[in-house]
Amino acid sequence: MTMPPHDAVIHAAGLRKDFTVKRKTGRLRRTAQSVSAVDGVDLTITTGETVGYIGPNGAGKSTTLKMMTGILTPTGGALTVCGLEPVPRRKQLARRIGVVFGQRSQLWWDLPLRESFRLLRHVYSVPAADHAHRLETCRRMLDLDAFLDTPVRQLSLGQRMRGEITAALLHGPEVLFLDEPTIGLDVVSKHALRAFLADLGARGDVTIVLTTHDLADIERLCPRLVVVDHGRVVHDGTLAALHERYGSRRRVVVDLDRPYDDLPHVPGVKVDRVEDDGHRVVFALDGVPAGGLIARLAQLGGLRDVAVQEPDIEEVVARLYTTEPAEPAEPAEPAVPA
Amino acid sequence: MPFAAACPKSAPDPHSAPDPSADPPDRRGRPRPPARRRAADAAAGFVALTGAGFRRYATYRQAMVAGLFTNIVFGAMLASIMLGVAADGRTPGGYSREQLVAFVWVGQGLLNVVYTWGWRELADRVRSGDVTADLLRPVDPLTSYAAADLGRAGQAVLGRWIAPVVVGVAFYDIYVPHRPSTYVLFVVSVVLATLVSFGGRYLVNLSAFWLLDVRGPVALWMLAGALLSGSFLPMRFLPEWVQWLLWCGTPFPSIFQIPLDVAVERTDGALSATTVLLQLVWVIVLFLACRAVQRRAVRRLVVQGG
Repeated sequence: MTMPPHDAVIHAAGLRKDFTVKRKTGRLRRTAQSVSAVDGVDLTITTGETVGYIGPNGAGKSTTLKMMTGILTPTGGALTVCGLEPVPRRKQLARRIGVVFGQRSQLWWDLPLRESFRLLRHVYSVPAADHAHRLETCRRMLDLDAFLDTPVRQLSLGQRMRGEITAALLHGPEVLFLDEPTIGLDVVSKHALRAFLADLGARGDVTIVLTTHDLADIERLCPRLVVVDHGRVVHDGTLAALHERYGSRRRVVVDLDRPYDDLPHVPGVKVDRVEDDGHRVVFALDGVPAGGLIARLAQLGGLRDVAVQEPDIEEVVARLYTTEPAEPAEPAEPAVPA
Repeated sequence: MPFAAACPKSAPDPHSAPDPSADPPDRRGRPRPPARRRAADAAAGFVALTGAGFRRYATYRQAMVAGLFTNIVFGAMLASIMLGVAADGRTPGGYSREQLVAFVWVGQGLLNVVYTWGWRELADRVRSGDVTADLLRPVDPLTSYAAADLGRAGQAVLGRWIAPVVVGVAFYDIYVPHRPSTYVLFVVSVVLATLVSFGGRYLVNLSAFWLLDVRGPVALWMLAGALLSGSFLPMRFLPEWVQWLLWCGTPFPSIFQIPLDVAVERTDGALSATTVLLQLVWVIVLFLACRAVQRRAVRRLVVQGG
């Protein structure tokens, strides 16, 4: 086992979690089968990073997060969060991390939001001045004032999520774990939440680990991206590195008045595909600007329309999920600070 | 505008000497407060959770009124039965007419204070996986649920206990305790009865970690509670050997029969105090059992879904 670097907030080495699943194999017989949800994850997250943790359903994201927060015991490997082993030190760790599970609530259902916050101050023994200051900041940035006195059960999902995030931050956690924080939110709420989290992450005070299926969350928030599939890390690095590794390129889509007899050759540009009997040609740019290609096409004439497409993260990730896990992940490259 | 950075961290208490046994400061150099401060914080947390339990239940006013109506109707029915049973100067179970009437009316209010009904809050949270939120707090769930339940009981004293007692006093010839110590002992006994009831309910709910569906165990608990706690009829109507078995072998009489016997002064002061001690024993036994079972439950925890 490797020793965690001194500035590591989270350090996992060979982290595993197996579940026993009982299957019906006869009229009365059931056989236990071990299924591994997390299968040897190595991960080091340093102070102040914002890391996006993505993967298809059942890839082991939530399981990993549960192990990191101390509510699930790892089957194997080593794991420390804030220098503590999560499960045996769960209560101490609870004071130092904030957790939001998008589909669970940590607020008191029957009480107004304001009461929940006041209660959390006592539960976490937060000095009154710190509490007031943090709450004030969240109230302003997340616009809580309109529904601070509404019982939690009457809040809309977007309002509740803003409340949940506030609740997770009131005790000044060192790490904030967010499990699908934008799930089910409308576009405006998502946008507001992302803006808040981006701001929080940019200050570098709180380390943020976020799982999501919404790749816009990742593009907006996470300089570093960890992709898991079948319980293993298949990519750990920047978004750009992901594009590079999986050959996602910018594309130029050209609509023509009439098909060319001969497609032009420009260095660094390949023809990706030809559609519509040659009336539409899609070029893939291999790291070169689009200008050269477009100038060349303009010379040839008959150009009706041109569109430049940025590489699509959804597409890359979809490809990542559908390919079988072949190679182990490359060593993590240092994430670019926001 | 900095967020957490601008938050003044709690300054270390200048009066506290450095404690060599204290935990090391965390990564941000926040010192762990001394043990006495921690105890005070824990007590403040308990009080806050109790207050929250009180307010949570105080929000359901209509349910309270409906429940009160039921209690008073049942109280009137039971009281007329008891008056018949104790007619002609008979003293069934050693109770006078007035004591039996008091037993009924104080008891109708007490049902909801100690809460003998089916309680499934923890089990539901285990089933839905919301129990993770409880485990992610720095307070033991047993402590926080116990605090909330005491708050609930406090609310029930105001909302559900006073009115039936007032009805009893206003319309019936009711026994009024004459020993001043009874009033103090009754308060202690009701708090202990609530804790015994809570301990039992919590233990039944913990089975959700294994069973997921606890309707069966909860129904069993309710049935046993109804029959054996004295809420249908005073346990003293039963043969003496059965009473001994129930009082010492089950927690049920400690939930209902004991505080009511204290209230109607069924026994002398010393014996009443002894029965309250028996309640305390049951509180300790049940809480130790809850703690042991919870430890095993959490160890085998696999949160459903997610």
